[in-house]
Amino acid sequence: MAEAILAARGLSRRFGGLTAVRDVTLDLRPGEIHAVIGPNGAGKTTLVNLLSGELAPSAGSILFEGHEIAGMSAPAIAQRGIARSYQRVNVFPDFSAFENCRLAAQSRVTSSLRLARSRRDLAEKAREMLGLVGLEDTRRPASAMSHGERRQLEIAMTLAMSPKVLLLDEPLAGMGIEESRRMTDLIRGLAANHAVLLVEHDMDAVFSVAQILTVMVDGAVLASGDPESVRRNRAVQDAYLGAGNA
Amino acid sequence: MRISIELAVLLAVLAGLIAFAFGAERFYLQLFSKIMILAIFAMSLDLLVGYTGLVSFGHAAFYGLGAYTLWALSPETAAASFYLSLPASMAVAAVAALAIGLLVLRSSGVYFIMVTLAFSQMFFYFAQRSKSLGGSDGVYVNVRPDPTVLGFTPFNLGRPQQFYLVVLALMVLTYVLLRYVNASLFGRVLVGIKSNEARMRSLGFATYRYKLAAFVLAGALAGLAGYLDAAQFGFVNPGLFGWQLSGEVLMMVILGGMGTLHGPILGAFALVLIQDLFSDATKHWLLPMGIFIILAVLALPHGIAPWLKRFSPRAD
Repeated sequence: MAEAILAARGLSRRFGGLTAVRDVTLDLRPGEIHAVIGPNGAGKTTLVNLLSGELAPSAGSILFEGHEIAGMSAPAIAQRGIARSYQRVNVFPDFSAFENCRLAAQSRVTSSLRLARSRRDLAEKAREMLGLVGLEDTRRPASAMSHGERRQLEIAMTLAMSPKVLLLDEPLAGMGIEESRRMTDLIRGLAANHAVLLVEHDMDAVFSVAQILTVMVDGAVLASGDPESVRRNRAVQDAYLGAGNA
Repeated sequence: MRISIELAVLLAVLAGLIAFAFGAERFYLQLFSKIMILAIFAMSLDLLVGYTGLVSFGHAAFYGLGAYTLWALSPETAAASFYLSLPASMAVAAVAALAIGLLVLRSSGVYFIMVTLAFSQMFFYFAQRSKSLGGSDGVYVNVRPDPTVLGFTPFNLGRPQQFYLVVLALMVLTYVLLRYVNASLFGRVLVGIKSNEARMRSLGFATYRYKLAAFVLAGALAGLAGYLDAAQFGFVNPGLFGWQLSGEVLMMVILGGMGTLHGPILGAFALVLIQDLFSDATKHWLLPMGIFIILAVLALPHGIAPWLKRFSPRAD
């Protein structure tokens, strides 16, 4: 098995008396889709926030390519090649799809003050990613786009950051069946060049794309492994999946 | 289409302002010069408030620094070089903005408003108390800066008409510079920070540095405006650091339309001209002024510039 590119070790985060993430250990390998599932309030989004640097862990470590990144700022972590998307669409409403995407591409160029010459490269990168996710009309402001299109835009933006690791927080939330299917295909395709951590509620999608499944309950990892063994895991069935899925 | 109409309007306004220089009386030339200096000041603040989302309530700190720097560089009975003193004033303001920005940009929202105010008041009280800076009486720039180079004198700042044209040119330059900055990728980052700073950070932008760069640029341009103020009136006093001036320029930006650049210019003209109108009519002019501002904000919540845009042929 390949070396993990992103590894959490004993990761915890407390908010006052509440422990939202408790002693979580997981490995993310290149070319792999690792899904994190669990009921609402299980700590999945907090875990993503810890890995992306938006929250600092209370305990534990996060290794990216063997280097400790726990406690680093969100921009520093993004600069290293970890990009995330949001459960609630988080794009710039007044910017066009193209501008949103170009801004994301720009972030990886260290100094925007001397960017004039790479302007064309950025535009090209933005268009490429918008094409990849299947967004056609890129001139409209994001505020005028449908929910599904904004989801696509959000993915295009994370890709425009040229990341090695994608942290996708419920990318299918609020999508129609057809949109969902296209997004699932897209995510499957992304695994070729990225390590993907997928937080998702849609079980059909999760079982169809993920190679590794981690089940979280009450902030802690209940089970982890390939989809089949997780499906057969007794504790998981009791806590989450329900007998019907067994 | 839209762009060419906009350009036509801008050029027509510019032509009008140039024609004004050759038709207007001395009093109005001086009044309009003062307004355009404030317009430069307001545009520099718009870079912070309208583009980056940083509501500074202490922008006068840099205006005052620009003015005091000209005084400091002017010999008692001779002129300072225009070409040295002007960049020097901007540089002093920029360095101060860098030092202050490093501290104040760690805060945001209401706290940012308060700390910027606190810093400008520090300058105010320092100037007020310092004997060497003239204290509350202020100091005089006895001879206006001299633009003579190699024996050739392109203009004389002592003549209201020429001073007016120089200020007009610098206002246009400031406008063009800030338009360019806003259209640049750097400018897009600033607008992104205003819209959603947390998202900018998760995209990988170390937003603090961008905000600092904007703060320094805005400070330098405010220093330019302060320099011109000192050059126009030859009188520099602690009031140039005061919160009243910071508040007035903020009002110009809000009244004119944040994040538009031409809005703050309109705001400067509107505020000063209406103030003049009311203060000519009554000595209790603050009352109608206050009522006017309340009505203006109620009627034009986004400012004059967005409201004017509705009359453009292609507006939706």
